[in-house]
Amino acid sequence: MDNNGITPRLSLAGITKAYPGVLANDDIHLNILSGEIHALLGENGAGKSTLVKIIYGVLKADSGTISWNGKPLEIASPQAARKLGIGMIFQHFSLFEAMTVTENIALGMPGRQNMAELAKKIVDVSQKYGLPLQPDRHVHTLSVGEKQRIEIVRCLLQDPKLLIMDEPTSVLTPQEAETMFKTLRRLAEEGVSILYISHKLDEIKALCHKATILRGGRYIAECDPTKETAKSLAEMMIGTNLTAPRHMDNSDRGPVRLKAHNLSLESTDQFGVNLNLLNFEVRTGEIFGIAGVAGNGQVELLQALSGEKTLENTDELLLDGNPIGHLGPVARRKRKIAFVPEDRLGHGSVPDMSLVDNAFLSAYRTKNLLSNGLINSGKTRDFAEDIVAKFDVRTAGVDHTAGSLSGGNLQKFIVGREMMQEPELIIIAHPTWGVDAGAASAIHQAIIDLAANGAAVLVVSQDLDELFAISNRIAVIAEGRLSASRDINEISIEEIGLLMGGTNSIDSADNQGGAAHA
Amino acid sequence: MSGFDWLVPVILTVITAATPLVFAAIGELVTEKSGVLNLGVEGMMLVGAVAAFATATVTGSYILAIFAAAAAGAVLALLFGILTLSLMANQVATGLALTLFGVGLSALAGQDFVGEPVKALAKLNIEGLTDIPVIGPILFGQDPLVYLSFVLVALVSWFLYKTKAGLVLRAVGDSHDAAHSIGYSVIGIRYLAVLFGGAMSGIGGAYLSLAYTPMWAENMTAGRGWIALALIVFATWKPGLVLIGAYMFGGITILQLHAQAAGLAIPSQVLSMLPYLATVIVLVLISKDESRIRKHAPACIGKIFHPAA
Repeated sequence: MDNNGITPRLSLAGITKAYPGVLANDDIHLNILSGEIHALLGENGAGKSTLVKIIYGVLKADSGTISWNGKPLEIASPQAARKLGIGMIFQHFSLFEAMTVTENIALGMPGRQNMAELAKKIVDVSQKYGLPLQPDRHVHTLSVGEKQRIEIVRCLLQDPKLLIMDEPTSVLTPQEAETMFKTLRRLAEEGVSILYISHKLDEIKALCHKATILRGGRYIAECDPTKETAKSLAEMMIGTNLTAPRHMDNSDRGPVRLKAHNLSLESTDQFGVNLNLLNFEVRTGEIFGIAGVAGNGQVELLQALSGEKTLENTDELLLDGNPIGHLGPVARRKRKIAFVPEDRLGHGSVPDMSLVDNAFLSAYRTKNLLSNGLINSGKTRDFAEDIVAKFDVRTAGVDHTAGSLSGGNLQKFIVGREMMQEPELIIIAHPTWGVDAGAASAIHQAIIDLAANGAAVLVVSQDLDELFAISNRIAVIAEGRLSASRDINEISIEEIGLLMGGTNSIDSADNQGGAAHA
Repeated sequence: MSGFDWLVPVILTVITAATPLVFAAIGELVTEKSGVLNLGVEGMMLVGAVAAFATATVTGSYILAIFAAAAAGAVLALLFGILTLSLMANQVATGLALTLFGVGLSALAGQDFVGEPVKALAKLNIEGLTDIPVIGPILFGQDPLVYLSFVLVALVSWFLYKTKAGLVLRAVGDSHDAAHSIGYSVIGIRYLAVLFGGAMSGIGGAYLSLAYTPMWAENMTAGRGWIALALIVFATWKPGLVLIGAYMFGGITILQLHAQAAGLAIPSQVLSMLPYLATVIVLVLISKDESRIRKHAPACIGKIFHPAA
């Protein structure tokens, strides 16, 4: 493990951690030098999170050694990790919504804090690194990007030697991400080591000096990502050859299936976004993508589309020319509309019920799972097992609860459940959020196939690469307004990024190409 | 001056009616701010009441009696803590069971004390000051627990909003997962908050059996524990408003007694319902403003914390 005689800042050797039934980490090695941005790459369930938790003192390894600047030691708790100079930015923010920025940061700092002084320090650091923050704002009023800045500033205030970042760009616009990269590069120049976890291979190639790849809990390789291609990195990660989704560039799109005409909805949530005169149409056989940074009206739009919130004016939403704005979710499902909601645990599934029960709840009508008003348990079980097999859901069995699945696997299950009901219109929110590259390409292929077979598909996603990979047309939602939709060949990622940031004035939304016909 | 003659005793009785509510509600407020809902306030008050009364009759020491009440309330709260925090039982069910348990336990323990008299908790009497008309008896003629209740509200408010420990406690109630990932001991902090809540409920009970009506009767709290719980929602989890709310409800209780004494032509049962009716009405009005509740209510209240593996 020597690196040309340089002592690494952090060195892991032979780290092993077992959970009942799973070996989450099996003999893992990792060396991070000072001033190095080091990528940790791996699929869902490859053991990245476990490894990071061990480094941050949340978990204890069963065996193996951790060395800090060449000295073997034990990291017993997050406090101990922070004392060493290890800071962590979590994927799901560890923030307190009802508190101010300053209070949140004080909670992550040792000892007593003078709030006024701390607020001053926050402003100083945030200006120095280009991370604007207002110390007195309450966290629940901030955007996701701002929330992430709080986490970063919290770490920076403690003068970190090693910064761990878990998928930091998954919630940012391309521009916001670029700003964050600048901050990270500057930190690395100042000698801070960064352990960077991400699925986004282009990002890793652009940012990181080194990459350690994990697969199935085992160490696979350490490499220089700048010398690899995104494809070769992905293949090391997955262990098989990847095929890009075959894009059906079908110019012969069918008639309009779903049409929104001046769709408006007032949010009932104090911090929600009102939908303001949205216009779009989704044709049979096409995939229509809606891009946008979270919190710009996606939640409200999905509520309006699913029927969780019915519209006052039923004509604002038309299915095959018939108004459906007043219909609730069940009535819409009856009309062969399927939904994959944003929130997997809660909207997409009942966490404490088995996969069988969850399959039944959404599909009992379309899949005819009732016999004489009672649950046909054999048929339901077969259906659930079908989903598990076709969508490669990794679970110990269909009797396990939805909540016990990892995020990516549950997503595969929910997407599979909805797709296998052969919908004529499917509305999918964030189809591959938190899903690894292999599964993501399978889901993408399934979406494309569904459209090729004549379904209309509406995808709401923050992941531009994803939207570009699968959509035929794309529009951007920002502050509750929707831009005009554009053909995917006519628009660049940069343009979309600017629209997402709301920096450009958005084109008049009612200029829809093509005559609408029922 | 005769106009004030009736007013002073009314104010004095309002204070005695409000004080037990202040203690119980401020204790439970701290518990709830840490994210734990303990519905056992009524039970803890009763156990405190009987412990205080018994200690006072046996030893004659009121200081010991108040400590005994706090300890009795805390022991019951500890039981609640073990069940809900360590064994992860449902908080609502456990809290209800705790109230039932407290009613029974206090009745059993108090069997020999029913009907026994005890001297009421001594009131302050400062030569010269207490004799000042009107404000003298109100400001300088209370028993020590009344003063303590005001100090307690100020202390809790200071602790929650000005100290790091208070910040951590609120953080645990706002998002236990985030607090855990930063490295705070969620369970440990919640135990302390639950114990504090129990001790204060116990003292609230002690005030009933030592000062409000210096005697022991089965179930003598008569629903005050529930009013204390409602008060916290009424106050949207703010200590200062708890104090105001407690005096409002205390006032309604006394109003009801005076109306009965004045022989109003309303059935006494209806008048007795007044404080509870007022509780329900106020709760409905307050709960309408959802955003206000959400801003101050601890987001994790009543949720079981499973430390992530």
